[in-house]
Amino acid sequence: MLTYIIRRILYAVPIVIGVNVLTAVLFFYVNTPDDMARKTLGEKNVTPAAIENWKRDHGYNLPTFLNAKETGVSTVTQTIFFQKSVPLLWFDFGRSDRNNIDIGGEIKKRMWASLAVSIPMFLIGILIDLTFAMILAYYRGTYLDIWGVVLAVIMMSVSTLFYIIGGQFVLGKVLKMFPVSGYDTGLYSVKFVILPVIIGIIGGIGVGVRFYRTVFLEEINKDYIRTARAKGLSEARVLFKHALKNAMIPVLTNVVVSIPFLFYGSLIMETFFAIPGLGNFTIDAIQSQDFAIVRSMVYLGSILYIIGLILTDISYTLVDPRVRFE
Amino acid sequence: MTDFRYPGGAAGIYYPIALGLVCFLLIFTGGCRLNDPYRATERGKNIFYTTFNEPPKHLDPARAYSSDEYDFLGQIYEPPLQYHYLIRPYTLVPLTTEAVPSPVYFDKSGKRLPDNAMPEKVYRAVYEIKIKRGVKYQEHPAFAKGPDGAPLYTRLREADLDGITQISDFPKKGTREVVSDDYIYEIMRLADPQIESPVLSILEKYILGLKGYEEALRADLNEVRAKRKEAAGAAYNQELDEKANPVALDYKKHPLPGVEKIDDYTFRITLNTKYPQFVYWLAMPFFSPVPEEAHAFYKQGVLADKNITIDRFPVGTGPYMMAVYNPNMEIILEKNPNFHGERYPATGEAGDAGKGLLKDAGGALPFIDRIVFKLEKEAIPRWNKFLQGYYDNSGITSDSFDQAVTVSAVGRADVTEAMREKGIRLLTSVRPSSFYSGFNMLDETVGGYAPARQKLREAVSIALDYEEFIEIFTNGRGIPAMSPIPPGIFGYAGGEDGINPYVYDWDASRNKPVRKSIEYARKLLEEAGYPGGRDKEGRPLVITFDNPWTGADATPMINWYMKRFRLLGIQLENRTTDYNRFQEKMLKGNFQFFTWGWNADYPDPENFFFLLAGSNSKVKYQGENVANYSDPEFDRFFRIMENMDNSPERLKVIRRMTAIVQKDAPWLFGYHPVSFGLFHSWVGNVKPNAMANNTMKYLRLDPAQRESQRDEWNGPNFWPLIVVAALFIIGSVPAVISTRRKREAGRKRP
Repeated sequence: MLTYIIRRILYAVPIVIGVNVLTAVLFFYVNTPDDMARKTLGEKNVTPAAIENWKRDHGYNLPTFLNAKETGVSTVTQTIFFQKSVPLLWFDFGRSDRNNIDIGGEIKKRMWASLAVSIPMFLIGILIDLTFAMILAYYRGTYLDIWGVVLAVIMMSVSTLFYIIGGQFVLGKVLKMFPVSGYDTGLYSVKFVILPVIIGIIGGIGVGVRFYRTVFLEEINKDYIRTARAKGLSEARVLFKHALKNAMIPVLTNVVVSIPFLFYGSLIMETFFAIPGLGNFTIDAIQSQDFAIVRSMVYLGSILYIIGLILTDISYTLVDPRVRFE
Repeated sequence: MTDFRYPGGAAGIYYPIALGLVCFLLIFTGGCRLNDPYRATERGKNIFYTTFNEPPKHLDPARAYSSDEYDFLGQIYEPPLQYHYLIRPYTLVPLTTEAVPSPVYFDKSGKRLPDNAMPEKVYRAVYEIKIKRGVKYQEHPAFAKGPDGAPLYTRLREADLDGITQISDFPKKGTREVVSDDYIYEIMRLADPQIESPVLSILEKYILGLKGYEEALRADLNEVRAKRKEAAGAAYNQELDEKANPVALDYKKHPLPGVEKIDDYTFRITLNTKYPQFVYWLAMPFFSPVPEEAHAFYKQGVLADKNITIDRFPVGTGPYMMAVYNPNMEIILEKNPNFHGERYPATGEAGDAGKGLLKDAGGALPFIDRIVFKLEKEAIPRWNKFLQGYYDNSGITSDSFDQAVTVSAVGRADVTEAMREKGIRLLTSVRPSSFYSGFNMLDETVGGYAPARQKLREAVSIALDYEEFIEIFTNGRGIPAMSPIPPGIFGYAGGEDGINPYVYDWDASRNKPVRKSIEYARKLLEEAGYPGGRDKEGRPLVITFDNPWTGADATPMINWYMKRFRLLGIQLENRTTDYNRFQEKMLKGNFQFFTWGWNADYPDPENFFFLLAGSNSKVKYQGENVANYSDPEFDRFFRIMENMDNSPERLKVIRRMTAIVQKDAPWLFGYHPVSFGLFHSWVGNVKPNAMANNTMKYLRLDPAQRESQRDEWNGPNFWPLIVVAALFIIGSVPAVISTRRKREAGRKRP
């Protein structure tokens, strides 16, 4: 297994470098350093000299990939790409272009807020999705199943934004059960987390229930389920013990890959609920054309995705002994 | 005894349910405010709650230049002057100085000139500023000293900062009295190339020697960088290097002749020309005192690594100081115990006393103990929390406008009945801003100064009905502009005298201006050589329209412009681009028709007319004259007007300039926005002041009233949820019964 993991990590190196190159190419294709300077310096009194000074002070006066003015190794090292992207390899994210803050420190601080929302949303959400899916599978063919599926399809067709605004309106404004938005530190954060968690779970039920119901239905038509029933096991035992265990491979494929992204947070949810997480951080950076943050978050995203895929592979062996690392 | 771990018996199921229900009832129906976003310890406290929608980019007074940043800075830093809170037109009064300084003019030979000296004769203008004694900085670790009297925190190591994330975490702090060196030091900071002050390019035109000083500092910086690069070789990375070892430039290495210390409480600023508007700059944070100790303190890499910088943790003398800086969530300002003491104004405008604005006359400022700014990026939650009483003030977005405001038949805006029942008040004020459209005067089709071109632009000015635009897109929150000068600024004229005669006629019966007819505009267009919007060869007149608009209103606004141009037969070709491309086009002059806006830096007509001065042309001089308008007569008057004090003579010049620009029509003057602000009944002493940014110190709260209103408005309501849950359970019962029967039937089958 260790060899397999090491091999996968080595495969990841060119992927990560490729992601970095692609991010730089795309970002600077859409957004030149002059644009970044203009955006950062504001709207008033932005002279060409001020733009040049900003670029020089932030290291954006260098060529993007190759510096013909330098000689030897410096032709590569004295470039924007090298100076900005290589320190990422040892997780030195540098400073924000917009307000010069230390990005690494900011990520460390903000990830807790993202986790405070995403972990309960993820765990409770899976539990509820699986439970509802199994209930529908249990009552398959009845009007409860039919209307449950119809409801799930309706729910998955509705925009996340609708759930957020609707949830804030009904639960926060009309019923006055939760703060409409906001966040606090430590245990005080609990009351702010409940509403986004509820809304996130409700918003995800449609997709989750539909997917898991299909998985369970496929499973309960297999021979071993028929055998279990023939042995006289109750339907609940058949479903929750036998079918659930064997349906874990598709469930894990869906679930484990998402785990590393939990700390990445939710872009829209965090913005609407004023949760100071990494989703919010990324959205701000994109809007303010802060390449330093965008590049850091994309890099982090690619690393997390690779971790997610490796974890998924490992989890397969845990739930299905037939799966072996080759 | 029932074992809860094995839910086999009936009690195993019902006990936890019963227990849960009891807890639920106890917790949730005890009359407490479940939706209260604040901690219980804050109840009843003298705290003002408001919002910000974007983390401030900079809180360094040399660098910050947006109103969002000034909301914080204005309460912390104190420049020499401030605007009187109540009196209009806007009037400068001393803040940390003994008096508002008057310039003394000298000619080339050093001979003193009279106050009304002609600008071309003035070689030097000297402002002598006497600061108040006894003004102290807030408590700050930069001033902390060890037993030997040496600064305690200037050689910090990483280990020293364990558990320190904010300035307030430092165990020792200190203070000292503000002296004239601190003001001089701040002016020097404006020239520091690492600070990137946005006003340097303006001020170096006026302050004697500032440009040379900036060049000397930049040369020093480049030298340091070159040395470091040479030492590090190919591995040199400027960003990483300066992150670990910030470059601290020596400001005293070079002379700055335009700023001179007389004594600890007096300093002089010398300008190389007559510039009466300079006094307004002394009311902006750029001229606030900053102690040298702060520079030494914050120029430490270990602090920057923790994001503890002067850009986030100011060192001020104002009524409030930064207590918590968490721009991702909240920013909290607390009363500065070292505040030098200021009194609420004893005089105001006529009517202020009747509105209760002078009740606190002579009272010690500030009245509020703490100001909490909460980050709210989205308008809907912000609005809902204001209605619940959790924010003390609010603006009004288009979405909530109809819910908040009703406009009477005579156009008077007031709060709706629902708002009035809650005691919410509406305060409106015309902002010193202009949102205008303009033509590129360098363009061959729409630019130029020939009568035909003027007529073409006048025709478009008539066709673009800004009264309609204001009604549709701003809910009536604007005043159609007749000239570049907004109301409240010297030179503004209302009524019949103030109308733009090329676009409006005066309707004496209704006592208001009436836009000229579209038929008249068509006639003008015909005279311009485009009958029905076509040229001599019958080709349609096509004008390109550049704008950086995004968002929900963008498409309807563009359609509106196209529709209005179509009335003249002109085809408007839309070229919406992102803001950067838009800026680039403006800089290169690659456009015909555009929209733009301007917020005044200070309440003087010069700050609006300079947007049309030839010397500020965007294409030629990278200035703010985006239309690239250049009329010799207008420019001549501008040079005279900008150096005059407010007087009937100045008014005459302004009238003449207005007439020229109305005739040439490089701009469609657009409109001056009106800001609408809502305040709860427990907030007192509120008077909109568009120029002052330090107004929080005047506000007063009634926390007891706020608590009782919040309790009244925020009782939780659970019944709808119970009903929904009951319906769900009842609806599921038949399916459960039917499935059970089916299963039982299956089991019984042989």
